[in-house]
Amino acid sequence: MAGPGPIGRIRDDLPIYASSGSEDSVGPQLGGVRVLLEQYRAAGIHSVSHDFHPDGRHEMLNETNRDEVRAKLLNWDLSGSRPNKHHRTALFTYVRRSVKRKLSGMKFSLRAFNLCLSLVTLGAAQSVHSVGNIFKPQATPAESVYHLSMLVMMVCAAIFLTVAGLLTFTIIRFRGKAGDDREPAQVYGSDRIEIAWTVIPILIVLVLTMATARVVIAIQNKQAPKDALQVTVIGHQWWWEIRYPDLGIVTANELHVPVSTLAKPAVTFLKLQSADVAHSFWVPQLSGKTDLIPNRTNTMWIDPRQEGTFLGNCAEYCGMQHANMLLRVIVQSPAEFGKWAASQERNALGDSHIDAGRVAFLSLSCVNCHRVSGTPAVGTFGPDLSHVMSRDTLGAGVIRNTPENLRAWVKDPQVIKPGNLMPNMQLNSVELDEVVAYLSSLK
Amino acid sequence: MPSKLHEWIVTVDHKRLGIMYIATSLFFFALAGVLAALMRAQLAFPNGTLVPPAVFNRLLTVHGTTMVFLVGMPFFAGLANYLVPLMIGARDMAFPRLNAFGYWMFLFGGLLLYFSYIGAEGLAGHGTAPDVGWFAYAPLTERAFSRGTSTDYWILSIIISGIGTTASAINVIVTVISMRCKGMKLARMPLFVWLMLVVSAMVVMALPPLSAAQIMLLLDRYLGAHFFDTQAGGSAVLWQHFFWLFGHPEVYILVIPGFACVSEIIPVFSRKPIFGRAAMIGATVAIGMVSVSVWAHHMFAVGMAPSSNIFFVGSTMLVGIPTGIKIFNWLATMYGGKLRFDTPMLFCVGFLFQFLIAGLTGIMLAAAPLNWQLTDSYFVVAHFHYTLIGGMLFALFGGLYYWFPKATGKMLSETLGKCHFWLLVIGFHMTFDTLHFAGILGMPRRIYTYAAGRGWEGLNLVASIGVIFQAAGVACLIWNIIRSVRKGAPAGNDPWDAWTLEWATASPPPEYNFAVEPEVRSSRPLWDLKHPEDPDWKYE
Repeated sequence: MAGPGPIGRIRDDLPIYASSGSEDSVGPQLGGVRVLLEQYRAAGIHSVSHDFHPDGRHEMLNETNRDEVRAKLLNWDLSGSRPNKHHRTALFTYVRRSVKRKLSGMKFSLRAFNLCLSLVTLGAAQSVHSVGNIFKPQATPAESVYHLSMLVMMVCAAIFLTVAGLLTFTIIRFRGKAGDDREPAQVYGSDRIEIAWTVIPILIVLVLTMATARVVIAIQNKQAPKDALQVTVIGHQWWWEIRYPDLGIVTANELHVPVSTLAKPAVTFLKLQSADVAHSFWVPQLSGKTDLIPNRTNTMWIDPRQEGTFLGNCAEYCGMQHANMLLRVIVQSPAEFGKWAASQERNALGDSHIDAGRVAFLSLSCVNCHRVSGTPAVGTFGPDLSHVMSRDTLGAGVIRNTPENLRAWVKDPQVIKPGNLMPNMQLNSVELDEVVAYLSSLK
Repeated sequence: MPSKLHEWIVTVDHKRLGIMYIATSLFFFALAGVLAALMRAQLAFPNGTLVPPAVFNRLLTVHGTTMVFLVGMPFFAGLANYLVPLMIGARDMAFPRLNAFGYWMFLFGGLLLYFSYIGAEGLAGHGTAPDVGWFAYAPLTERAFSRGTSTDYWILSIIISGIGTTASAINVIVTVISMRCKGMKLARMPLFVWLMLVVSAMVVMALPPLSAAQIMLLLDRYLGAHFFDTQAGGSAVLWQHFFWLFGHPEVYILVIPGFACVSEIIPVFSRKPIFGRAAMIGATVAIGMVSVSVWAHHMFAVGMAPSSNIFFVGSTMLVGIPTGIKIFNWLATMYGGKLRFDTPMLFCVGFLFQFLIAGLTGIMLAAAPLNWQLTDSYFVVAHFHYTLIGGMLFALFGGLYYWFPKATGKMLSETLGKCHFWLLVIGFHMTFDTLHFAGILGMPRRIYTYAAGRGWEGLNLVASIGVIFQAAGVACLIWNIIRSVRKGAPAGNDPWDAWTLEWATASPPPEYNFAVEPEVRSSRPLWDLKHPEDPDWKYE
């Protein structure tokens, strides 16, 4: 869409509106959009208008100011050129179907129609739940914990108010007056009171223990339904190996699962293991954490009921880069999940135009640690790279998966994540270009 | 060498050793506080670059190790060694030379830990100060993952300084059993002495599992054993069981000396005897006994069977009961009294509110499924700092202000004391109240940085600012001590109008403590002397 050839074929009277965020790193920022809009104007298109939104990022229809974005879009005047006074723009070019009203009588060529409908796809830019509030559960285990915690906290709050209230009262009421040296009544104790405040706490503890026991059993003893999705998660210093044994998929750091709805419940069972030291899997809105301990297999399950990306962390100190062993659980509709799984299952693509890159990748020591399906690279020490470009992030969540970041990582991962177990491979710039080009083709 | 210094180095006098223990632990406290301030400076903003990860991970390990082993435990040893003989009318501890030996082992262990910062680099050039966390989970501590000598410094410094604590514990037990003055039956001992006795028994019981595990780890690291070496079939969980079998009684070992101070201060400043003496003693013994059965509440996320998890839920909530009872008893002591809010009492009031909250967040953490969310997060960090600072430290500071006049003959300044108290309250709450919420919002512990957009930025900034107030408070204390040692108001024998034997002798006491061995008829011998018309022994 951005070359002079294709732009020249756009009809002059096609209104174009761009809505873009100033912090969008695809673009990057507003640079690409501005160039594109100038090209449209230079090509003679009459109505090229835009809104640039400060601090907005890529997915403006779901941004924090989405109401404003949508309102501006719906108020887009298709009748002709619109004053471009405001330079606030969202990122993608969007052509409304109701274009039909204003363009009646115009001839639609197939190309123009395709252009009209070309959206920069939302892709994986569903909403990201980046604040993992344990009191905003989105799956059954987290929700059971939430209900139990409400009971426990109410009891604790009642105890606090009672005791702190008495303490405050006592401090005020029995404050000694200056100069008053008489000793108060010397009270040594009271059997009745002391028995009462022993028995009542015992009863409270009994109730709380029983309520807790019920939830422990419900969560830990859940049996996997036959159609449960089985995933094995293996912790490494400092990344997550994720395997779907029934689907023949191996990936890293980003766990895709289907969303669970009332109509179609979908449970994912995780087997947790570790290749080195103790780690812990924690995505607060989905479930409490469970440790990944070497020489031991733990299990947990989740049934997320909202689509989107949930962020989590490794929650057991595991060495230097424990802080950057980040987790993403990407919850998708069954259809989207199926598409993702299909694309992950097949062997790595790879563009025949970049044989030089593949040759470089295979001949350098990359293959000692990394696997690319369908090639001789079968290393297992580092993440599987067969479909590395399908991930949101690199380095277990430490940087977004963009071309610049990929290049920076391959050039010297120690700058980005110091101490991580991928050394600086000392590639010269030719090797670097070739390897990065090859990796960029592994979608 | 100046003769004064020489006297201190060769002393076996329990009072001098007590002061040395406390002064040294305050020194390590300041050191570990600086480490914490650096951590909080790094975490004040997302993607901080002040402190690189390798340094941060050493800071968190050495901060925790110092505070537990080089501040908390020696403070117990110092208070017990100083006060127990005085309170039971004895001339010294049962084993004065063992006492001195223990102090010097403690000091050497502490210096060894800090020497790791400048010791020679070990294998593969890895850093030497320990960076495995203060509980040093296996197999991160095995040779494969902890190259170099850092873990060895951690092991050896703790074993060596632990000799000091164990020596003190043995000394306290024997002293209490065999050196009480005439008339002081066990039932008439001050609560402080009872609680120190329980702590000492717990030390003798709890330290061996830690030492054993550390020796097993040394065997793994150097002699080819595989206790915790998972790559050869060893068990990572076994380390956790050993460690927490020590670790949980340990936290009571840390806090009960605080209870001991509070149990002496509150009655004096309420002008009433402690409410329910027998229950207080019984509750403390119960805590000591039950505390060895709760350890795996630190391991709820490890994947134990539901029945195991439920057992530890029950035992953990159970141990909260005697602790709660003590809070009620302190409250009832104050109720109906005539409260004086000098600095020792201010710290006790702060202790009561804060330890109540700490205990309640402990109940929340005892509910295993809630623990699955909150363990290893900043909620737990906030909880244990609430118990240790809000509880233990406030109580120990109260004790410091209360007994400083006895030990030095000079009063500490009330004005500076109140500054210390209020600055500490403000800073402590700014830091640790907010960190509870960081945990609730998913922030794990032991991370050297975090990305923006997780909901943690504002909370961390406020928490870091709180450190400034806490540091200012501690600075007030240090200035108060320095100033008052030189020109504090003279204290006299009994500045607080108290009732236990230590106030019956001079301030500071002569080397032999009591010119004539005291004889007592109740648990408050000085009350009996001051109120011959209404002595305690009529009611006990």
